[in-house]
Amino acid sequence: MKIYTIEEFKSSQGKDPEIVFWVGCAGSFDSRAQKITLALAKILHHAKIGFAVLGNDETCTGDPARRSGNEFVFQLLALQNIETFKMHNIKKMVTACPHCFNTLKNEYPALGGNYDIVHHTQLIQSLIQEKRISIEGGAFNGKKIAYHDSCYLGRMNGVYEAPRNILNQLDAEISEPRRNRNNGLCCGAGGAQMFKEEEPGDKKVNVERVEELLESSPDIIAVNCPFCTLMMDDGLKNKEQDENVKVYDISELIIQANNW
Amino acid sequence: MAIQQIAFILLFALVSYLAYKSYSKIYKTIMLGKTIDLKADRPQRLKNVLLVAFGQKKMFKRLIPAFLHLSIYIAFLFTQVELIEIIIDGITGTHRIFADKIGLLYPLIINTIEFLSLFAFVSTIIFLWRRNLLKIPRFQSSEMNGWPKLDANYILLGELILIIGIFSFNSADTLLQSLDSSHYPDTGTLLISGWIGEQFLSGMSVSSLYILERFGWWLHLCVVFGFLLYLPISKHLHIMLAFPNVYFARLKPSGEIDNMPVITNEVKSMMGLETNTESDDNGEIPEFGANDIGDLYWKNILDAFSCTECGRCTSVCPANMTGKKLSPRKIMMDIRDRATEVQEGIIKNGTDHDDGKSLFDYISEEEIFACTSCNACVEACPIMINPLEPIIELRRYKLLTESKGPSEWMPMFNALENNGAVWQMPGQRFDWAKELSDN
Repeated sequence: MKIYTIEEFKSSQGKDPEIVFWVGCAGSFDSRAQKITLALAKILHHAKIGFAVLGNDETCTGDPARRSGNEFVFQLLALQNIETFKMHNIKKMVTACPHCFNTLKNEYPALGGNYDIVHHTQLIQSLIQEKRISIEGGAFNGKKIAYHDSCYLGRMNGVYEAPRNILNQLDAEISEPRRNRNNGLCCGAGGAQMFKEEEPGDKKVNVERVEELLESSPDIIAVNCPFCTLMMDDGLKNKEQDENVKVYDISELIIQANNW
Repeated sequence: MAIQQIAFILLFALVSYLAYKSYSKIYKTIMLGKTIDLKADRPQRLKNVLLVAFGQKKMFKRLIPAFLHLSIYIAFLFTQVELIEIIIDGITGTHRIFADKIGLLYPLIINTIEFLSLFAFVSTIIFLWRRNLLKIPRFQSSEMNGWPKLDANYILLGELILIIGIFSFNSADTLLQSLDSSHYPDTGTLLISGWIGEQFLSGMSVSSLYILERFGWWLHLCVVFGFLLYLPISKHLHIMLAFPNVYFARLKPSGEIDNMPVITNEVKSMMGLETNTESDDNGEIPEFGANDIGDLYWKNILDAFSCTECGRCTSVCPANMTGKKLSPRKIMMDIRDRATEVQEGIIKNGTDHDDGKSLFDYISEEEIFACTSCNACVEACPIMINPLEPIIELRRYKLLTESKGPSEWMPMFNALENNGAVWQMPGQRFDWAKELSDN
């Protein structure tokens, strides 16, 4: 499987890619999140979607900078990205990061950037509906999966059903934590908290959330966000449950089910 | 009769004058905020008022308090009908002016009010119990110590007295109607107060019943007037401001943080891009974000005055529930208290007055930097208050104007500016794919 940059795709295929895969910082640099990037790339490949990435032309969307209060750095990145999109004539993008998804979808329009943005769970759901991919049952038979809504996909963008519809195809028992959907509890990473220590308190936010997710004794915690993945992994380590319970992005569950 | 009429008219005039003064002060305090045009999308705004304010849709996320609150709210709305008669009676010196004029509708209205009042009475007692005896965490937070706790209890006690007044004058009236029908027109059967009259008041003389009826009537009236004048200094002001607050509530996606066009222009000109010439740059060195009340929008201050301190925001805040100092409710209370302080200063010392204080005398950096921007507080508020907007504006002031903030963020900003990534990484962004093709 070869991952094309836009230029490579255009020169080798002689046409524009069907969709651009916006990878994001976590998916590009973090070794854990890279696995999610790979999973999504494989899914797109198996669905025979002509996709390309921006490669080294991509930068952070600016989400953590804007939320930290550093609007200057946000705009620097956002305006630069909008120029890049203009240069490559990009209209449609998919991303596995709800933070990138939210910023590209809801915040770039005010700066003149209007694109068709989908989160990978939305795209995967429609690929299944259109029968461009199918999920093999069986791999998760008898397993229990607890699903964690990320704030940026769920509460802020109302995407609750797509990830659940995909999970329901896995032949596993799906459980919901007490706080779910628009009442879902944050993993603790948003608002640029990922990049600093938490303020003094009794507990880490990710530990609070992991404890809640563990209430249903799941084998797997399913997530839709690379930052949630890292926070949940860390929370499980804190509870010494990282051997028994694994955290996977929904895209990773699909490639496991299909043995891709 | 004439003395009561004069007393009523004087009291009514005095209360109206004082109410006008204190409510226009609230209005001026809210308008200390920056202007923002929220006139667009009228149909959506009206729909929100209907569903969220009148329909209390968001209250029903928590069923028990929702039903208790609903019973008090409906009783309050209906009692306004009776208040119309009370005011007309008070001014003209009549007694129950509508009793013999609208037929069966009269006992229907009064009976409805009585039943609703009974439910409200029970709900109020449950609320007092919940607030003071059941240790519900959201009523125990530190920002509730002192005045906020007293304020809540004053309101609940006032509601009880209000209802006691209604039943006193109605039940005395049911007996007076048969004893002195020339002054007490037939109200038709009043189920609850008729029963109270029969059970508890039947042995009383005409003069005692007369005193009880007048006592109940004036008690009810005085508590209504008292409420009207008390609301502007109370969290209970939500009974009025919830409606405009929901009307003017944010309609943009909750994930969108407001753009700062000034910075867009600055960055665009740095990048050599075409800038928006219609910028409101007036040559002054701009301050970014919010340091004080005047840097927030009037809607943020309306939010603060609409807050009834229910604490649903704080109870769902991930930072607060894990023991951090941040409480979205406290942020709103602080904005309200600072706005009041600024307005008091202006009244005393004029518009140019500067007391040397700011929002940061109320809100610490530790609080604002603990926010995960998860929007749970925004989602939780039954009247669509947005605590996240001011938190971001306060962060912007710290970061952009004062160049302060958590030191751990500095490497992130450097990496973002120099490498376009949140982490300072040795390799390149696209290296992950290289490894893929190597394997």
